[in-house]
Amino acid sequence: MKNITRKDVLAALHTSSPIIVTFLVLGIGYGILMQRHGYGPLWSLLSGIIIFSGTAQFVSITMLSSGSVIMAGLTALMISARHVFFSISMIGRYSSEGRRKPYLYYALCDETYAMLSKDDGPEGVNVSNYRLLVTLFDQSAWLTGSFLGGWIGTLLTFDSTGIDFAMTALFTTVFIQQWIDNKCHLPAVLGVVATLACRLIFGRDIFLIPAMIIIIAVLTAARSRIEPAGGENHD
Amino acid sequence: MTDYRHAMIVIAVMGLAVLATRIVPVLIFGRGEKVPEFILYLGRVVPYTAMGLLIVYCLRDMPVLEAPHGLPELISLAAVTVTYLWKRNTIMSVVIGTALYMFLVQSVF
Repeated sequence: MKNITRKDVLAALHTSSPIIVTFLVLGIGYGILMQRHGYGPLWSLLSGIIIFSGTAQFVSITMLSSGSVIMAGLTALMISARHVFFSISMIGRYSSEGRRKPYLYYALCDETYAMLSKDDGPEGVNVSNYRLLVTLFDQSAWLTGSFLGGWIGTLLTFDSTGIDFAMTALFTTVFIQQWIDNKCHLPAVLGVVATLACRLIFGRDIFLIPAMIIIIAVLTAARSRIEPAGGENHD
Repeated sequence: MTDYRHAMIVIAVMGLAVLATRIVPVLIFGRGEKVPEFILYLGRVVPYTAMGLLIVYCLRDMPVLEAPHGLPELISLAAVTVTYLWKRNTIMSVVIGTALYMFLVQSVF
């Protein structure tokens, strides 16, 4: 492991800067929501270290005070399914990372993956240091934002009724972007329709579990329609 | 009183689940074993169903039969959609949608 140079730090900062801004803003939003639900900045920090997944953490807010622990775990699995794919595709790149491996995989969020899977950083930069720093800067920005949000939340006194809608709005923007990016809309439609049907049939407490079972079953059965053999490669 | 013990357990369980999706595949396939196509397929496609599931989950308590029949949600979601299609800026759309929703539920409906 080579010592980290100024050049490594600058290159990593350059790559991470748009992510740092986004994570600070979203983190602040998350911290404020947590605080409004009775969980202060230290809770947000703890959750950011233990879970470190924006989507899972936003969803966790409404599950912290009550509800099924099993459902919370299954929901996190479902939300994080994409990480299976990220990690597997990094095995080759990270094969010589040695002691840094556990951290690099643990903190491999969507944005870090997007930055580190496309290239090995600029010329002349130590690639191992570069990967470590980009991963570290991204996670630090998220943790800083969520801590600040929790603290800001205690200072602001306003009627926060309806602020939870930020979560719905965030997921909706991702949903729209995925819709634009994909030709086959069956998975997107399936997610909405199956969950909605289960909410109506099974009531408000456990509907996510039957919804996930149906989704996995339909995805398995309709595989040839969703991803025709020899079709486009998503890598 | 807030049940902090339950919160701790939920954070731990969700953390383990997320960590598993990031680390277990590497432990299993890290030595060059061939990854089953089906696992890769689920990794690619499940994320596209997960957002719809989460949106419905967020709206699970929306009253459809009684007033205001989910109108604040629908109006705000329309605002999020239109602004996002227009500018493709996540943060801007989230702020506008949330501000509009808070205004609607606090002052209009």
